[in-house]
Amino acid sequence: MNRLNYLFANKQEPILSIYFTAGYPNLNSTLAIAEALEKAGANFIEIGFPFSDPLADGPIIQYSSQKALENGMSLKALFDQLKDLRKRVSIPVVLMGYVNPVFQYGVEAFCDQAAAVGVDGMIIPDLPMEEYQELYQDYFTRNHLSNIFLVTPQTSPERIRQIDALSTGFIYLLSCSATTGKNLQISDETEAYFRRIKEMKLNNPTMVGFGIFDKQSFKMASQYTRGAIIGSAFVRLLAEQDGIERIPEFIRSIRY
Amino acid sequence: MNYQVNEKGYYGNFGGAYIPEMLYPNVEYLRQHYLEIIYEDGFQGEFHQLLTDYVGRPSPLFLAGQLSERYGTTIFLKREDLNHTGAHKINNTIGQVLLAERLGKKRIIAETGAGQHGVATATVCALKGLECVVYMGEVDIQRQAPNVARMKMMGAKVVPAKSGSKTLKDATNEAMRDWINHPEDTHYIIGSVVGPHPYPDMVARFQSIISAETKKQLKEKTGSENPNYVIACVGGGSNAMGMFYHFLEDEQVQLIAVEAAGKGIYSGHSAATSILGKEGVLHGCRTIFMQTGDGQVVEPYSISAGLDYPGIGPQHAYLQRIGRAKYVSITDDEAMQAGKLCAQLEGIIPAIESAHGLAYLEKMKFFGNETVAICLSGRGDKDLDTYMNYFKW
Repeated sequence: MNRLNYLFANKQEPILSIYFTAGYPNLNSTLAIAEALEKAGANFIEIGFPFSDPLADGPIIQYSSQKALENGMSLKALFDQLKDLRKRVSIPVVLMGYVNPVFQYGVEAFCDQAAAVGVDGMIIPDLPMEEYQELYQDYFTRNHLSNIFLVTPQTSPERIRQIDALSTGFIYLLSCSATTGKNLQISDETEAYFRRIKEMKLNNPTMVGFGIFDKQSFKMASQYTRGAIIGSAFVRLLAEQDGIERIPEFIRSIRY
Repeated sequence: MNYQVNEKGYYGNFGGAYIPEMLYPNVEYLRQHYLEIIYEDGFQGEFHQLLTDYVGRPSPLFLAGQLSERYGTTIFLKREDLNHTGAHKINNTIGQVLLAERLGKKRIIAETGAGQHGVATATVCALKGLECVVYMGEVDIQRQAPNVARMKMMGAKVVPAKSGSKTLKDATNEAMRDWINHPEDTHYIIGSVVGPHPYPDMVARFQSIISAETKKQLKEKTGSENPNYVIACVGGGSNAMGMFYHFLEDEQVQLIAVEAAGKGIYSGHSAATSILGKEGVLHGCRTIFMQTGDGQVVEPYSISAGLDYPGIGPQHAYLQRIGRAKYVSITDDEAMQAGKLCAQLEGIIPAIESAHGLAYLEKMKFFGNETVAICLSGRGDKDLDTYMNYFKW
């Protein structure tokens, strides 16, 4: 059991997760942001490692990724920064990014290193499920790392079952098929989709991401799932001069 | 030896479908159905009818007399430049628009670099009455203005890609993002033998008409369907894959793929992907592309917008790795001189992309009278400004 499993097993209230890009706004802001998020009441965090060609991301995360790379962020730099992670942060931490930097780092080394600094899971949206299962699953399991898969409204029920069987942390439900940063339009269709997933009674907990940006969208998603993930709306806050200082205010605005 | 894609979507270690879940339903549906759709009799009938009546196929195989004399060997040019819209790109867009119709898609998106694929896509969308959106790097929109005008003339919407280097790779990212946001009604016509499986194989099959015709024409003209050498330029690699396709199993035929060395392979301004690249995942497939040690994509450079892509298709990566085809490169200067030479000796102005293939003739040594077939993938009208500026005319 890793920190993520412990959280889902014990937490009663809706779970709030926050995504931000490592190395943005400054190369060394990563840990300070993580710490501030924990203090402010986020339940877990997703740290994005930047890629030059983030094809599932909208303009905000494209921008933060580009800036982070210009600031000198890389997987090696990130793991150096995370050496003190567990001295400063106790909530679960998930790394999120595209597969190519992971391939260049080496999947095995990536998993070993992540576990060594106290990371609990990974979200690598362009790593195919079949490939993961055949080639890399062992590196994840022996390091107690959850591998988290995405599900969209178009994902077939059979595939959702396959994903559920392979998942060990939670399942990441996209509010709709979209790139990141498009504010969720709550519709009957979205609610019907969340309800359909809920009725499948999956083994893994579910969290909603993509399009969650405020109290109302967080609340709506939490009615059907264990909680929700906010990414672009938070990265947009970090773009502001006093963004880091305003983290408590941001989290309060979602929670209360 | 098998050079084609296996049942898992790979060529050796290359290929696959490295895509986020948002793209999975569309790509998976294509994977399961593309062969049955494109080999259905009605599809083949309409495809070949359009290639004949609309594109003007078969394209001629021209014996280039003066070039042959100059190099002391027999040189044939496969005239894809004579196709409707001026390049080989339309072979693929005709095929894919028929596919999109059968998938019930109402909206077409595409990426384009030099604008040739964008024009070919806008053309078939006009023909079929489908909505068309073309993503094009902001930099390319400026350097390929005539093609932007052609797309608009045919009713396509041209959207500037403003991220990254604002060229072909960024236009491809934007097209993928569009598809993620419109999974239900949209088909993405990828213009080269890149992207997630089954795209590389599907595009290669549509382009394979080039080598099918070349073989038949060579047989008629020389008595043998196989030349000693087949040469084509490579950006992503669609004209080369089409030109190589039916020669792959004829091992005695030497296949030569010509990449753009830009200002010199190691100048820092190059698109010599197979030399400078490493294995990794770009635009949904595992292939060879230019990247940093940390796995960030490196911007390529070539004077030719159509070769300005950081990677090659996965089948090319495989052919290069196993040595079935030879991957060489030609600088901007060499290509521009070869373009001028072809214009002045044969009265044919080649696209700068195609001129890279012609330029390699300078580096070859021929033994006796050998036969060379070169794919003249496109015409040079779109490049006149670049030629004029280069030669200071």
